[in-house]
Amino acid sequence: MSLMSWGMYPKVKNKVFKFDKEERLQNVITEHNELIAYGNGRSYGDSALSSNIIHMKPHDYFINFDNDRGLLHVQAGVLLSEILESFVHRGWFLKITPGTKLITVGGAIASDVHGKNHHVEGCFSECVEEFTIMLANSEIVTCRKEINPELFKATCGGMGLTGVILEAKIYLKKINSKYIDQTTIKTTNLKETFEAFEEYKELPYSVAWIDCLAKDDEIGKSLLMVGDFRNDGKLDYKTKRKLSIPFNFPSFALNNWSVRTFNWLYYGKVKHRVSKQKVDIDTFFYPLDAIGHWNRIYGKNGFTQYQFILPKETSYQGLEEILKTISDSGKGSFLAVLKLYGKSNENYLSFPIEGYSLALDFKIEKGLFKLLEILDEIVVKYNGRIYLTKDVRVSKETFEKGYPQIETFRQFRKDNQMDKKFHSLQSKRIGI
Amino acid sequence: MSYILIIGAKSDIAKATAREYAKHGYDLYLAARNVSELDEFANDITVRTQRTVKTVELNILDYQSHQSFYEQLQEKPLGVISAIGYLGEQKKAQSDFNEAKTIMDTNYIGIVSLFNIIANDFEERKSGFIVGISSVAGDRGRKSNYIYGSAKAAFTAYLSGLRNRLYEANVHVMTVKPGFVLTKMTQEMDLPEKLTAQPEDVALDIYNAQQKNKNVLYTKWIWKWIMLIINAIPEWKFKSMSI
Repeated sequence: MSLMSWGMYPKVKNKVFKFDKEERLQNVITEHNELIAYGNGRSYGDSALSSNIIHMKPHDYFINFDNDRGLLHVQAGVLLSEILESFVHRGWFLKITPGTKLITVGGAIASDVHGKNHHVEGCFSECVEEFTIMLANSEIVTCRKEINPELFKATCGGMGLTGVILEAKIYLKKINSKYIDQTTIKTTNLKETFEAFEEYKELPYSVAWIDCLAKDDEIGKSLLMVGDFRNDGKLDYKTKRKLSIPFNFPSFALNNWSVRTFNWLYYGKVKHRVSKQKVDIDTFFYPLDAIGHWNRIYGKNGFTQYQFILPKETSYQGLEEILKTISDSGKGSFLAVLKLYGKSNENYLSFPIEGYSLALDFKIEKGLFKLLEILDEIVVKYNGRIYLTKDVRVSKETFEKGYPQIETFRQFRKDNQMDKKFHSLQSKRIGI
Repeated sequence: MSYILIIGAKSDIAKATAREYAKHGYDLYLAARNVSELDEFANDITVRTQRTVKTVELNILDYQSHQSFYEQLQEKPLGVISAIGYLGEQKKAQSDFNEAKTIMDTNYIGIVSLFNIIANDFEERKSGFIVGISSVAGDRGRKSNYIYGSAKAAFTAYLSGLRNRLYEANVHVMTVKPGFVLTKMTQEMDLPEKLTAQPEDVALDIYNAQQKNKNVLYTKWIWKWIMLIINAIPEWKFKSMSI
């Protein structure tokens, strides 16, 4: 059995060690190298792929919940969706959640994921009180920000390159409804989109879908969705039966024309400049989770997500240039998500900085990597950076320019012999 | 409070089934040998669902102990699910009768001993359900695992008769026939992806089918049709095949 990532690219042979017991994992770590932990396979690129993969999903027990502090103790293979299933009806929600609930807690820490509330709550590491991790010498260490600050800052966002996360204690947040009051703001260009983000900054959740094929005056036209939890006491959360894409679509199914039509319908469906909706947790936070295997719509060659962030000062100019480049290239992206982020944290490799991030899905096809290299140049020019969790092809040079703390991270890995044990295809490519 | 008794609770299918029932509000008795190994798992379910989960020691091969095993359950279960299964080694079982006997005792004799006791109690109380996880391997003997298959065939016939007997008493009996399932039991095998279920899928199928009082459940569903075809192959042809 070989494992793939969510982008189904690249397809490589690997040896899979299914997590069983800690003692057995210690043996695996002692006897092998080029190891990387793999959660639920939802990172897009090659950050959880290597010749030796430690499959952590079977390590999935809930250990304790401290109701007074809202502190949940779980093993690292527990999925966020399992936490929601157990806790939403009891009035608890994840403090920080990305746009899919189908990731493990270990993966959330390793990618230091963020969500629609980044501008208010920050990254996933903000809700982590402590975690345990098996290091390169197979020793198990309990890590807290105050006690082992270096290990904490290297591991949160460290892409699994510091060891294998085994357990975590995370804070949940109180909610009093499974519904969100959502406001949708329809904008006609990038300037309006930016203004809308600023105008609604006080609301805890925000994200914009952007039409990346729009041209000229319409560049940056978006649907900005903002919201907050209701307070109606309705908490009977049930996951709906989901649709599933049963096989890979032919790769021509997604093309400039079909994306253009989709964008036109999606944008056109919203009639007013400002409208209000009541939506549930799954619709608001996890719209794509409703379709199983949605990665198959990109065809058997797979796809990638290009996600970058630019500092606020250069965001407007940079985004305009990038959107124009994409629009001119004619390579459409169904999913194009824009968001205003809050302040960066101290972790060495966490992605978010204060500014605007854009995420775009592209199917893997001829000419794509050429286009992405042109976008890389623009990102670098405007002092931006690429998100490793989504990446499968960025060059060492582009990556390094975006992450000023990279040398600290490299040194930390060296000092602890982590570079001898833990590697992914990505870490080798970008030299970390 | 309503308890479900799960026997053979250490198996992957049993664990997934336990989580499924707890999720729907049932309390659990988890029975297995060296049951303390299930303490962390029992705690997992309690943290997830706030249900009561009790672990009970059970040796399915110690027939004499079965009566007292059942009597010690303070509150009698609403239903019982057997996930006991021992695949064994076919090759070894052909020459070493002890292996063959262990396969038959574990997959058939032991469960009959325990189910008889439970069935009598359910019949008397005129309520309850019994779920036996058998196998598609019991539908037709094949050279690769016919000793295991024959024990499962006997178990399937037992469940069918029990269903017939307990119908009057309003006690429902369901036979589950999983095809390939990705578990510890099968981890060394190279299973075809499309035909192989995850333990969680099997657990959900069992829960839904049991709630609807289904008699025989194939899981994945496609195994019903696969077995229909396999059973339709004439014996003169079947005996020369390697499947």
